[in-house]
Amino acid sequence: MRAPDPVLSRPAAGVDPGDPAVVQLAADLVATMRASPGCVGLAAPQIGVGAAVFVVDVSGHPKARTSHGCFVLCNARVVEATQWHKGREGCMSVPELTGDVQRAGRLVVAGAVPGSAEPVTIGTDAFEARALQHEIDHCAGLLFLDRVAGAHRVFARRVYL
Amino acid sequence: MTELAITVVGQDRPGIIAEVSGVLADLGLNLTDSTMTLLRGHFAMTLICTGLARPEPVESVLAPLGLAVTVREVAEEIAGPPAGPGYLLTVYGADRLGIVAAVTRALADAGGNITDLTTRLAGELYLLVAEVDLPSTVDVPALTRELSVIAGSLGVEASLRPAEPEVL
Repeated sequence: MRAPDPVLSRPAAGVDPGDPAVVQLAADLVATMRASPGCVGLAAPQIGVGAAVFVVDVSGHPKARTSHGCFVLCNARVVEATQWHKGREGCMSVPELTGDVQRAGRLVVAGAVPGSAEPVTIGTDAFEARALQHEIDHCAGLLFLDRVAGAHRVFARRVYL
Repeated sequence: MTELAITVVGQDRPGIIAEVSGVLADLGLNLTDSTMTLLRGHFAMTLICTGLARPEPVESVLAPLGLAVTVREVAEEIAGPPAGPGYLLTVYGADRLGIVAAVTRALADAGGNITDLTTRLAGELYLLVAEVDLPSTVDVPALTRELSVIAGSLGVEASLRPAEPEVL
């Protein structure tokens, strides 16, 4: 799904993490992320489903410090956010633009694991923190465009070989 | 369908953009990319719009706004060769003649293409910030050294650093 599709700008509905349909959605998200080169995170609204579920996997990324590998979270929310930094972000749902966005470099997120419905709290930093904030925003109906740092902080994304 | 490039420069006051874009909408011109800022207090806007209007009538309809307006027809954008990775160049120091010329000459000679540029003079301090696409073939450490030599000869500081987005 690409902006301006309305599914990307509506807050996603909370889910029952134990619901088999949510487990299936989690599997679809992982598979879609795996099939997209360079993709380190994907939220359900990006595949057209208005549900508060996303996957993140920053393992091996050069800008990652802490990495929890590949994981899916349901109904995630930011519990604690500190050490704000500006960084340039792009999004598969906004393929032709990038923008400078302020994000917390240290982050605590709470959510639930699909299937077991076990509540989890994840503390992370650097790139994984940025990715989590980006995906949690998707579930809130927000794109990086909603948080861009200024009128001259949006850029044409240049694809190069 | 024609593509028009419009520049509007003049004394700043509230409402200029509303007036200009209102006139363009009335003429059936669709505003595509635009940028506006204040340059030393002067309103300065450049925009591209598409529609069926010819440049001359658009210019005459905008004339009563009391601003310096130019309207020109431009060829539609042709996709160039793939750009190289993006970098951000910052140069600052005491103002003197020729800083922009010297620094951008080095970038141009390396095949670099500036895609965004801001310069500001704030008191004694001169600042240049540029987004630059460098071809993948450029020896970036060598270019960085060359820029510091140029900067050194002008008594200013220069830094070139990657500005690649993280796609999430």
